[in-house]
Amino acid sequence: MYSTDLRTDTEKKAQAVTASEDAALWEAFQKRIDAGDIIEAKDAMPEKYRATLVRQISQHAHSEIVGMLPEGNWVTRAPSLKRKLILLAKIQDEAGHGLYLYSAAETLGRSRDDMVADLLSGKAKFSTIFTYPTPTWADIGTVGWLVDGAAIVNQIPLCRCSYGPYARAMVRVCKEESFHQRQGYEIVTTMARGAPEQKAMAQESLNRMWWPSLMMFGPSDAASLHSSQNMKWNIKRHSNDVLRQRFIDATVPQAEILGLTIPDPDLVWNKEREAYDFGEINWDEFWAVLKDGGQCGKSRLRARRAAHDNGTWVREAAGAYAKKHKTRVGKAA
Amino acid sequence: MAIHIPNKPETAYIVRLADNALILGQRLSEMCGHAPEMELDIALTNFALDLIGQANLLYEHALNLETLASNVDEFALTRSLDDYHNCLLVAQPNVDFAHIIVRQYFFSTFQKTQYEALLGSNDKTLAAIAEKSLKEIAYQIRLAHGWMLRLGDGTEESRARMVDALDCLWRYTGELFEKDSTLSALIKSGASADFTLEYKNWQSEMMKTFSQAGDLQAPDILQMLSGGHDGQHDENLGHILKGMQYMQLKYPGLQW
Repeated sequence: MYSTDLRTDTEKKAQAVTASEDAALWEAFQKRIDAGDIIEAKDAMPEKYRATLVRQISQHAHSEIVGMLPEGNWVTRAPSLKRKLILLAKIQDEAGHGLYLYSAAETLGRSRDDMVADLLSGKAKFSTIFTYPTPTWADIGTVGWLVDGAAIVNQIPLCRCSYGPYARAMVRVCKEESFHQRQGYEIVTTMARGAPEQKAMAQESLNRMWWPSLMMFGPSDAASLHSSQNMKWNIKRHSNDVLRQRFIDATVPQAEILGLTIPDPDLVWNKEREAYDFGEINWDEFWAVLKDGGQCGKSRLRARRAAHDNGTWVREAAGAYAKKHKTRVGKAA
Repeated sequence: MAIHIPNKPETAYIVRLADNALILGQRLSEMCGHAPEMELDIALTNFALDLIGQANLLYEHALNLETLASNVDEFALTRSLDDYHNCLLVAQPNVDFAHIIVRQYFFSTFQKTQYEALLGSNDKTLAAIAEKSLKEIAYQIRLAHGWMLRLGDGTEESRARMVDALDCLWRYTGELFEKDSTLSALIKSGASADFTLEYKNWQSEMMKTFSQAGDLQAPDILQMLSGGHDGQHDENLGHILKGMQYMQLKYPGLQW
């Protein structure tokens, strides 16, 4: 059941020609990209372009779905009814983003079932940020402020990426992420301006989440596996380091306004560059988290597997009911 | 300030409605990220959102009618267990998706009857809250009814799980239609119509759905269980409150 290829025979044949990837096709495709053309689902495209997009969009979808868990961790314990309602609405948005993105990826011929199977087997990755725990309420604010903030910086350029269905999905996703970022900052603002223990909780959360948020932009340009080809294909428009710098420059003043301290002793404004210089990211931690899931990676996957396994009988029942119902309708006719 | 218990029957009744919505919303929000399918995750989260939104409006209204606490959160999230007046049904656990659906179907169909009785209330705010909520309830019934049929008339396993869910939850439905002194006072004052007269119709509606759902039967139970409206709860509510009240009790008086 996990080998569904959604393409029709005609599409497969057409794309098999593309898959031979002779130089002329590659060149023609690159010309379209260079001319700023938007590639649509049924257009000819190099298999590598297709595979890259499936990997990227499905990872993005997985991150949205897994990302529900660290936030869901506080739904039942949210400190007020208003915060509970906002958090529920936000998580609902994230689930919607996941579905939206799986649909965008399905236009490339891979089924959602296949992609989810890759997540559950551990083959596909999700954003490293969601392997970090959310032990305090302040983390819900910090996740909105920093994590959704970083996501926006990453994703706004994707609204103009070369693959149409992905670009269009990102327009809506970015609008909602922008709201999420503001609500997160508002939580942190309320705490930073509240009682001393609230401000301390906000600072402690910032201390934990700052560096993992910077890691969300991926490895440095020198170590990035996919950046160069992706930029050529206009899937990616700016390098990891450029986006990371953009995020830092936007976020540091936001922390200063609240009287919170960014946990980086090397952070300093560089007048010449008109940007912040910042300390070395612990890349050993990044690679370790990516490979073994860090603090919560395994429990996040376990939770997703449990949800999926617990849903097996529900899906089977829905399938059996639909089949019976269809048969009955057929007989009645 | 200390929490005060409602003196007026109308306020007590509104708190009862709010507690029902809050506790079921809280139960459903436990499923966030854990539902059997992503679309169902969104649906259950949305139910929680609707219900807690209803609770919020109702608590605000109750606090306008009587001075019960310094704000809604203090009242909603810090009371003692026996000061919650929700029915027992809404606190029943998320055993599996069959239990979630049966609980939702019983509650939403009951809530429809209960809120329709408020549409002509002489309390215009309460009538407006009911009118708004009924739109949400209609969707909840539609989704729950669809799954009642799919699970009851699906596979052998899904049917067995539905039988178990009915066996566990049917016993809490009598309480929903009990006419106690609080409700009687509201009926007398014109704040609510007497929806308890609809109990038999509600039961017939349930039987009709059971029969469409693979010919499920109402279980033979020896007694209906109640007490929630009077603050007499089973083991479930205390565990719900432990999480729900955590922040308000640990940091009293702070704004978040």
